[in-house]
Amino acid sequence: MNNYAVHGIRFIILLLLQVLILNNMLFMGFLKPYVYPLFVILLPLNINKIQALFLAFVMGLSVDFFENTGGVHAAACLVIAFVRPLVLRFSFGINYDYQTLKFYNEGFKQRFNYLAIMVFTHHLVMFALEAFSLKHSLYIVKSTLLSGLFSLFLMLLFVQLIRNRK
Amino acid sequence: MQQIFNFLVRFKTGLTFFLLFFVAIALIIEAHSYHSSKWVSSTNFISGSIYEASYNVSEYFNLKSENKKLSEENADLRNALINLQHNIDFPSDSLITQNTSFKSFPAKILANSYAKKDNYLLLNKGSKDTVAENMGVISSKGIVGVIEETSESYARIISILNSNISINAKLKKSNHFGSLVWDGKNPNLTQLIDVPRSATIQKGDTIVTGGNSLIFPANIPIGYVSNFDLNENQGYYTIQVSLFNDMTSVENVYVIQFNKQEEASLLFQNNASDE
Repeated sequence: MNNYAVHGIRFIILLLLQVLILNNMLFMGFLKPYVYPLFVILLPLNINKIQALFLAFVMGLSVDFFENTGGVHAAACLVIAFVRPLVLRFSFGINYDYQTLKFYNEGFKQRFNYLAIMVFTHHLVMFALEAFSLKHSLYIVKSTLLSGLFSLFLMLLFVQLIRNRK
Repeated sequence: MQQIFNFLVRFKTGLTFFLLFFVAIALIIEAHSYHSSKWVSSTNFISGSIYEASYNVSEYFNLKSENKKLSEENADLRNALINLQHNIDFPSDSLITQNTSFKSFPAKILANSYAKKDNYLLLNKGSKDTVAENMGVISSKGIVGVIEETSESYARIISILNSNISINAKLKKSNHFGSLVWDGKNPNLTQLIDVPRSATIQKGDTIVTGGNSLIFPANIPIGYVSNFDLNENQGYYTIQVSLFNDMTSVENVYVIQFNKQEEASLLFQNNASDE
């Protein structure tokens, strides 16, 4: 029960943070960070996969409503929710298979890998669907890399700041 | 039958993913089609009131620059009024009375975007304030966009910085027409395409609205020519237009209502069905 409350509050905080603050934060005129995928990234590790897909869809669609982007963020969130088990296995290795994984017990390097793969996947899908045509492929690659680095930096900061002290 | 069920159970995650992904793609395609009612839009009650609450706070930070813009505009209007009063000796002059079918009223922008390929703005007035689809929106410096969708108390503006819109515009000097579009790169630079090669163009020439559409009255300023090149194969100019209006900071705008829009669009429709 406590867990539901934590994720509910995280959902609302990340959504408001994204649409009210980060969307107005254009670094060098075009670089915009997207931190809301942190909701999908920090979902419980043993969550039902279908549940995860639906939660990711709702998170993305909520951002879409504010940004007037149709279903771009919903689609990007769905993709990272779908590949999450694979990325977890890739970055945390055997600990994930044995269900003994604790996010904050792992080393910084593993956590960094996990975050980076998820962020860049999300940004690539999002910018590709936003441009909606291959003639902007340079724009897609450029925004993915630059915005991705910015988002990744902010996410690492948040992850270190909001860790559970036990 | 058993096997179908087994298949569905085994691939239930993948099937859910594709189902939801399909929904998302459908929403994206819907968002790219101009003039269909949008399901995902920030005009709904929740996002509208959140943006409004946030605007009520951030409004104070821009007061100084907005006041400056408004007082500059007041000065311009006062000058125009003086000229008009000077001409009032000829009240039946058609030059003075011709444009009374357009009416404008003030409104404010609650949310703005300009860094994406398709940008929209949210207006703090909706259908209960007689705002309706296809009304033009201008600021004191130039055009902003066209109202695309309204809810009871909010309206969504499709920005001129959007790949789905093209606006009829002309060279002020020679009245050559073209369409104003945006290539999605620089929020201060739009493109005027399909200007015939017979037009004489110089850098710095003023571009204004054409008046061939039922949305904007003619001669509302848009920008000036910053660069142009001629497509030799097709014989049309592509002109880079620097906007007068800084689309990255618009706050006080005017919605333009064309009282005879219905009557005029009816004529257009009749004409189309005759062909």
